[in-house]
Amino acid sequence: MPDLSINFAGIKSPNPFWLASAPPTNSGYQIMKAFDAGWGGAVWKTLGVPVVNVSSRYGGLNYRDKRLIGFNNIELISDRPLADNLREIEEVKKRFPNHAVIASLMVQTRQEWHDIVRQSQDAGADGFELNFGCPHGMCERGMGSAVGQEPKILQMIVEWVMEVATKPVIVKLTPNISDITEPAMAARRGGADAISLINTIQSIVGVDLDQFAPYPIVDGKGSNGGYCGPAVKPIALNMVKNCAQHPDIKLPISGIGGIENWRDAVEHILLGASSVQVCTAAMHFGFGIIREMTSGLEQYMVEKGFNTIYDMVGKALPNVLHWEDLNMKYKVTANINEDKCIGCQLCYTACEDGAHQAIRLNAGTRVPEIIEENCVGCNLCSLVCPVEQCITMERTDDGTQHLTWKERTEAGTAPTEFNDEKAGGRHHWVPEPSAALGKERHKTLPGKARLYSGETVLPAEAE
Amino acid sequence: MAEFFTPTTEQEFAENFAQLKPVMNRTEALYESSRCLFCFDAPCIKACPSGIDIPQFIRQINSGNDTGAARTIYEANYFGNACGKVCPTEVLCEGACVYNLQEVKPIEIGRLQSYATTKVIKSGEKLFGPGADNGKKVAVIGAGPAGISAACELRALGYTVDVFEAKAQPSGLTVYGVAPYKITNEETLAEMDYLQAQFGYNTHFNSPINSREELAELENKYDAIFLGIGLGKTNELGLPGEDKINCTGAVEFIAELRQHHHEVAVGRKVIVLGGGNTAMDAASESSRLGAETVILAYRRAKEEMGAYEFEYDLAKGVGVKGLFNVAPIEITGNGYVAGVKFIRTETKDGKVLEIAGSEFVEPCDMVIKATGQAKQTEFLGLISGLKLDGKGRIIANAHTGQTSNPKYFASGDAWNGGAEVVNAAAEAKLTARGIHAYLSK
Ligand SMILES: Cc1cc2nc3c(=O)[nH]c(=O)nc-3n(C[C@H](O)[C@H](O)[C@H](O)COP(=O)(O)OP(=O)(O)OC[C@H]3O[C@@H](n4cnc5c(N)ncnc54)[C@H](O)[C@@H]3O)c2cc1C
Ligand SMILES: Cc1cc2nc3c(=O)[nH]c(=O)nc-3n(C[C@H](O)[C@H](O)[C@H](O)COP(=O)(O)O)c2cc1C
Ligand code: SF4
Ligand code: SF4
Ligand code: SF4
Repeated sequence: MPDLSINFAGIKSPNPFWLASAPPTNSGYQIMKAFDAGWGGAVWKTLGVPVVNVSSRYGGLNYRDKRLIGFNNIELISDRPLADNLREIEEVKKRFPNHAVIASLMVQTRQEWHDIVRQSQDAGADGFELNFGCPHGMCERGMGSAVGQEPKILQMIVEWVMEVATKPVIVKLTPNISDITEPAMAARRGGADAISLINTIQSIVGVDLDQFAPYPIVDGKGSNGGYCGPAVKPIALNMVKNCAQHPDIKLPISGIGGIENWRDAVEHILLGASSVQVCTAAMHFGFGIIREMTSGLEQYMVEKGFNTIYDMVGKALPNVLHWEDLNMKYKVTANINEDKCIGCQLCYTACEDGAHQAIRLNAGTRVPEIIEENCVGCNLCSLVCPVEQCITMERTDDGTQHLTWKERTEAGTAPTEFNDEKAGGRHHWVPEPSAALGKERHKTLPGKARLYSGETVLPAEAE
Repeated sequence: MAEFFTPTTEQEFAENFAQLKPVMNRTEALYESSRCLFCFDAPCIKACPSGIDIPQFIRQINSGNDTGAARTIYEANYFGNACGKVCPTEVLCEGACVYNLQEVKPIEIGRLQSYATTKVIKSGEKLFGPGADNGKKVAVIGAGPAGISAACELRALGYTVDVFEAKAQPSGLTVYGVAPYKITNEETLAEMDYLQAQFGYNTHFNSPINSREELAELENKYDAIFLGIGLGKTNELGLPGEDKINCTGAVEFIAELRQHHHEVAVGRKVIVLGGGNTAMDAASESSRLGAETVILAYRRAKEEMGAYEFEYDLAKGVGVKGLFNVAPIEITGNGYVAGVKFIRTETKDGKVLEIAGSEFVEPCDMVIKATGQAKQTEFLGLISGLKLDGKGRIIANAHTGQTSNPKYFASGDAWNGGAEVVNAAAEAKLTARGIHAYLSK
């Protein structure tokens, strides 16, 4: 059995799965339940001067019948008195000495930071997470993302914390910034032991079409909130990668953002995270999801022969290059597996309208055909195809050549003028514009759809 | 052995005849519409005789525009709600759904369709209206799917329309023929009320057009006459004993059933003669009415039955037993039906041959003949110059519906010889445009 335990900047945990600082970690009751279910650690709901929340706090982004692919909140930090939280931290640590309990903190003055750090470590917290990320409510008061967006202030606060902290300090970063490595560097300069990212993304999750107000609606009004859940994973992964690849940051990373199953967790880890945190998924499905996460992670590690989490941390990083270093001689071409094709023709219309007119329909069959010489290998058709492994992208270059944009630029073979002969699309066939309304018209709306949507004349080719 | 107890109340009847395609709620509609792939040039559209833009209306349901979905459906088919419930979708749209090729359950197009239309029918929302009055008048004979669809389209084109119907209610076989577990009377009639409220054609019930004089009057008063008369009574078999009590035609039996529900008595042991969809319906219905034994007797082999496979499965599912390669030669009994005398048959080179000496009597107390509907040749003979084909079907132009008497147009069962509600609805819409083209000349 692989060893799932981690030692994250000095914080030990039986597995890399932590609950992120959020409603699931609001109380000792919830955290004990979570540990009992199998979670390795929990970052306590952010402590500070207790807040008062509004009623109606969350909004969801649904995709067709799938609920909460994105999630949005306008909640603030803990609304419970500090003493209650500290007493419960102590109780949890007593009952679960080997699990990681991390106190998330957010206060204003140096004195407040000193006080809250001391009190939390006295209560038995294994470490701290400084919340410089909350994008609503707190930043207006000069906390949360207001700090995360100001590297200098961030560094100063980290320094204040380091003056008294005897336990590892994690700085939680806000994604609401153009270069995530700047606050990460500031954290490092301040002496932090680790970083965690991402906090929520400033957002409006939707607008009520009848009340003309953004969700969630509070007495007819709304406010921008913080966005998280499965939809934010790609943004989180990129930021985790940026921090992990930065030559000077070199801090352990706790990956957060859109993690719902073992796969999401592994992706974060392969890009450099060595612990992962989960909020939305636990809010959606409860603590029980941890069973699938650990079992999936274990199975994956067995299959790959990884003995510890550290065998895989950052394993994908060497393969994340700058665009200009990618091999331009590599070529893939779409290939339709006729036996699997169900004839939905989504690939056809996608390539026709959204790509490179490289798929044709033939009479007598619903299986489309790839026009190889037009296919640029963009993947679109294979992404829209609803059948598993039906459209595959096959390598068509011989694999012997390697040439990057950078090399082309250096060799002077990259296009530099508006009408350059060397333009990539220069020799690619494109139909005449007017054909769209003429002989190719049936390619947009097929005959019958046109006919029954009011047009009585059959388009040229349909009859 | 009976699968069903004899229903004695309206509620028990409703349980025995529970809807095969119950109306979806919003959650189910959201889930099901989410599965649709929104195919390009979707095969489901092509398989729909009325060419409803299926991915379009499913997408509208999915994005919360149920009203728009209903509009899309009704624009192509005025019997949108009925069709969603009674169409043999297994062999039409749903049979063509690309999911079948992956051995995945096809999209429940019919139920999604009824979901959207039921909603606008319930709300009474106005989606359509008559066109500007063009001063011309059309008489429609028959208020079935063909007649009502023609009436709607003609109203939309600005005609004054009078519909003459022999029976007391509109929708033809939708309310007098289709099996009660496919659609309820209330659902059928609600759609009729909705359409009439939208389009405002005039209906004249209990008004059969039977005589040359009545036809002449219509010819005088109207610019064109639409024939949507459907088919007639069940064919006579010409067997000895056919007139015995409890030997009835399927169409007549079902019409009674649709109107009087549990008050219709069924035998304890019923023999249904025939192998088409009507035979399957009559057999299923007998079983659901509490008959102890229902035997479906067919002249040829099981594989040769004209009925759709799913219809036979449905009958089997309620305990109907098949008896194949038997031809009835006599209805036995003394006043009342007591049995059917059969002779065994075999099929050679497509011909049914009787096996000499193989006669036997299958006892029963009710016989339902599902041996096809007769054509209304007598009535049609009253129309001068109207030509029928060898099978008694009205001959008419496939694009315009115009018959050999230019004033007369026809669609539906009377023209196609007997198909489905959807065919009648689609043909009549086209024919209404044919009338318009003719009268606009
Ligand atoms: C038992 C049975 C079950 C069926 N089940 C299904 C099914 O599940 N799904 C499906 O899609 N289809 C089904 N069908 C077929 C479908 O009902 C018909 O195809 C459809 O109703 C044809 O429409 P129509 O308007 O042409 O004729 P009809 O529905 O027959 O309507 C004709 C109307 O004209 C009236 N009429 C006739 N002569 C005159 C006259 N001289 N004067 C005034 N009025 C007149 C009649 O009373 C009737 O109301 C079934 C048919 C039968 C018999
Ligand atoms: C309702 C809610 C409240 C949150 N409160 C806090 C908080 O108090 N402190 C904090 O650092 N992050 C807070 N977060 C952010 C989460 O810890 C986490 O960074 C974010 O939700 C991304 O992870 P996810 O995609 O797994 O949800 C909150 C998130 C939600 C949804
Ligand atoms: S890979 Fe892109 S260009 Fe090639 S066929 Fe598919 S969609 Fe068209
Ligand atoms: S998207 Fe896939 S299944 Fe659909 S037509 Fe193209 S290849 Fe076939
Ligand atoms: S064939 Fe099926 S999946 Fe495709 S559009 Fe029609 S209902 Fe949807």
